[in-house]
Amino acid sequence: MYQMIFVILLLIISYFIGSHIERRHYKSIIDREKKLNKLPAVTIKTPPEHEKFEQQLVLGNVTLSVDYFKRFLATLHNFFGGRVTSYETLLDRARREALLRMKETAAEKKATLIFNVKYETASIYKGSGSAIGSVEVLAYGTAMIPLSPSPQ
Amino acid sequence: MIITNLEYLPHQTISQHLGLVQGSSVRAKHVGRDIMASIKNIFGGELKGYTELLQESREEAMQRMQQQAEAIGANAILNVRFSTSSIAQGAAEIYVYGSAVIIQDNE
Repeated sequence: MYQMIFVILLLIISYFIGSHIERRHYKSIIDREKKLNKLPAVTIKTPPEHEKFEQQLVLGNVTLSVDYFKRFLATLHNFFGGRVTSYETLLDRARREALLRMKETAAEKKATLIFNVKYETASIYKGSGSAIGSVEVLAYGTAMIPLSPSPQ
Repeated sequence: MIITNLEYLPHQTISQHLGLVQGSSVRAKHVGRDIMASIKNIFGGELKGYTELLQESREEAMQRMQQQAEAIGANAILNVRFSTSSIAQGAAEIYVYGSAVIIQDNE
């Protein structure tokens, strides 16, 4: 009986705190994405020929965890099938955050372009059973730092 | 040493291919971080301990790859790729690999 109350309490608390954290995270992601809009990151492999660049590998990684309530929801989804929205937002946030961190390090190096961007996803912390506890996303690419100021 | 994940460098030609170079690193976090992680697992959010750990681990793997490339006399590593695999609970292997080459300026 007490155990049941504890679980329900935990679900309620983690729902409120978890969704608060998620909302705050999305807000900061959108804000920073606007700032870094001028630095395009593309998956093209061929570097431009007309200008001289210095190439440097840039990385961005993040480890995000899903809250208890969403994990509970995902377990239910596993039972009935269908879209597991709680994990979709987790991975969406993780990918966007990783890309942003990569762009931030590239911007510090005064890069103007990022080429051949790739993602790498790994689930690190397995929860009970098959539930995913947390995922790590790495985004990496080649930052193109112009050697001479552009002639424009 | 130029490290890039593109396949060629404009204005420069590859004069010699020296083969694959690689670096790997397996790390586990300490107990304190593990406890923090289990609390974060309830409320969600970023696990900063893990992020830092994997970042350090990647830097180390890249350093090893670079040392290997320097040892065989390369001056660039092209088409670098990363791969992550979690081996056991709380331990992750980071693997970096690329092609070691000698490049020369075109001019």
